[in-house]
Amino acid sequence: MIRLLRTMLPLMLLLIAADVATAQTVIPIPRFITDYEILDVQLTQARDGRWEYLDLAAVFVGLVLASYFALVRRSRRGLFLLSIASIAWLGFWREGCVCPIGAIQNVALVMSDSSYAIPTVVVAMFVLPLVFTLFFGRTFCAAVCPLGAVQEVVAVRPVKVPAWLDQTLGLLAYVYLGLAVVMATTGESFLICRYDPFVALFRLGGSFNMLVFGGCFLVVGVFVGRPYCRYLCPYGAILGLLSKVSKWHVKIPPEECIQCRLCEDACPYGAIREPTVDQTATRRRHGRRRLAALIVLLPVLVGVGVGVGGLLKVPLSRFDFTVRLAERMRFEGRMEEEVQRRVQSTGLSGSKIWGEVLDEYGQEERTTDASADFRVSGQPIEELYRHAYDRTMHYGTLGRWLGGWVGLVIGVKLIYLAVRRRRRDYQPDRTGCVACGRCFWYCPGEHARQGWIAGPIAGQGDSRL
Amino acid sequence: MASEDNKIDRRKLLADGVRVVGAMGLVGLGGFVAGREGRENDSVWQIDPDLCMACGNCETHCVLDVSAAKAVQFPLMCGYCDICTGYFPTKDYERNTGAENQLCPTGAVICRFIEEQSGTRFFEYTIKEELCIGCAKCVEGCALMNGSLYMQIRHDRCVDCNECSIAVACPTQAIRRVPADSPNLFKKEAQELLDLEGANDA
Repeated sequence: MIRLLRTMLPLMLLLIAADVATAQTVIPIPRFITDYEILDVQLTQARDGRWEYLDLAAVFVGLVLASYFALVRRSRRGLFLLSIASIAWLGFWREGCVCPIGAIQNVALVMSDSSYAIPTVVVAMFVLPLVFTLFFGRTFCAAVCPLGAVQEVVAVRPVKVPAWLDQTLGLLAYVYLGLAVVMATTGESFLICRYDPFVALFRLGGSFNMLVFGGCFLVVGVFVGRPYCRYLCPYGAILGLLSKVSKWHVKIPPEECIQCRLCEDACPYGAIREPTVDQTATRRRHGRRRLAALIVLLPVLVGVGVGVGGLLKVPLSRFDFTVRLAERMRFEGRMEEEVQRRVQSTGLSGSKIWGEVLDEYGQEERTTDASADFRVSGQPIEELYRHAYDRTMHYGTLGRWLGGWVGLVIGVKLIYLAVRRRRRDYQPDRTGCVACGRCFWYCPGEHARQGWIAGPIAGQGDSRL
Repeated sequence: MASEDNKIDRRKLLADGVRVVGAMGLVGLGGFVAGREGRENDSVWQIDPDLCMACGNCETHCVLDVSAAKAVQFPLMCGYCDICTGYFPTKDYERNTGAENQLCPTGAVICRFIEEQSGTRFFEYTIKEELCIGCAKCVEGCALMNGSLYMQIRHDRCVDCNECSIAVACPTQAIRRVPADSPNLFKKEAQELLDLEGANDA
């Protein structure tokens, strides 16, 4: 607080004359002659953590139910109702915090900074959906995650995103994951939380920018199914990978596929893969050569990524408080020099020149809150510059990691696309499928199994649809 | 046909292996991370009043419509001044409780006469918390004198975001996580006064 005193220097001089004994308590605390009792300071206690355990339990129950609805009961209606419940409970009631998506950053931070205390609930939040995905696919995305659920509900007029665009945009999620992890290790910025598009909606308030951002996602989400989940969500990126090896996964036809392609039309997320056709020998040879070339390309891409990533130190360091402050101080230094130069050459008063210079540099004031505070603190500026330089170099290292990661992701994606798999029927792509249940809900085979239509499998003709 | 079956089995085996290793790895990671030292303590956001410069960002940057950060009075440090610089503006005011004469834009600082000692009058200043919007104007004013008014995050209101929006905007990095079982931060001087009082009581 003493830092603020400089703003009222004249008054202070008076007061200092009156009381020099204590630096901060300028006015002596009186001894009351009446029976006035000095009040206690009003403190608040932290909320008890039981709500968080209840959230964890809710997520667990949600995961169990979602897996049951998607894989056993095969009920799209159940999944949809669960989505609504998730939006209501985890979204609007609990206001979307803490969530497994954001927990990535806490886990990343605790890995790099052992002094950071991560709550047990956050760890459990992070691990639980991952373990479920290893066994049941992305049932967390289907109906438990409130962010996914809110997009699921608005996806009413989905258009088909062209495959090349879909695959390319899909890489963004991995890039964002890398960026978020790298930035979380610094302990300065939790980007996933800062740019969570829907938390402002759940809280019915927040910064204007975030409300607009979230609103855009919802509007786009009407036409492009789950834009955040598919193209940005870093947790979805991890879940997609784990879903590849899941023990069980959503199946479209209960028995035999009749190749009606209804599921492909029903899927708003472009996650249904069509049956493959047999290849000719020349095309196969071609494909092999391409695969070999891409495997050779992978280390090259990683290398290029590491090289280019080093250049990210400047943009990444913009997130750093110390670097920003150092840049501001240097900028103010330049302004001061300019003012001094002009005062010497013109002989005009400093305050007048300052006005001119501030106008020219497009500034309102000479200092920002942060730089003013730094000036008052009396720390040597060289130390700040040195610290900022070290930080920037650190961001260079992080940038190289990030670049290497992006190179790896692109390389692996190319290899993945070049590898052919044999599919006889229409099948969900395990990475992209969020187990929403639309595919089997539209499948005639499923309708027959449920007994809604007469079919070769059910064999009876009572139609309930 | 036999070779095709083998292929599928191989892929299945691979997937099984990855899954088992993955599940064990995840649980292991969870246990490792959760089991590290000091993990049993939850933490909450709090403002370090010694670092706070009353810039006013608390009012505007909290995710809540009315900020979770509010001004707090620490009575042991208060001078009970007649002319309180946290209550009255420093110029152009009349000394009465009219709204135009108060520093607080919402009239949340409550002034109450206590007593008069040989011509000096003493007043009690308290914060009516439901009115306080966390603009820190009174904190800035009080800093001219004793600095007994200071900003604190009120835990009954804070929704405990994973990343505190005010902390991101704080020009002095005064907001940090503190253990949930001692969720308030005092000024160094205030802490000394509290310790002294505790010693006197004991």
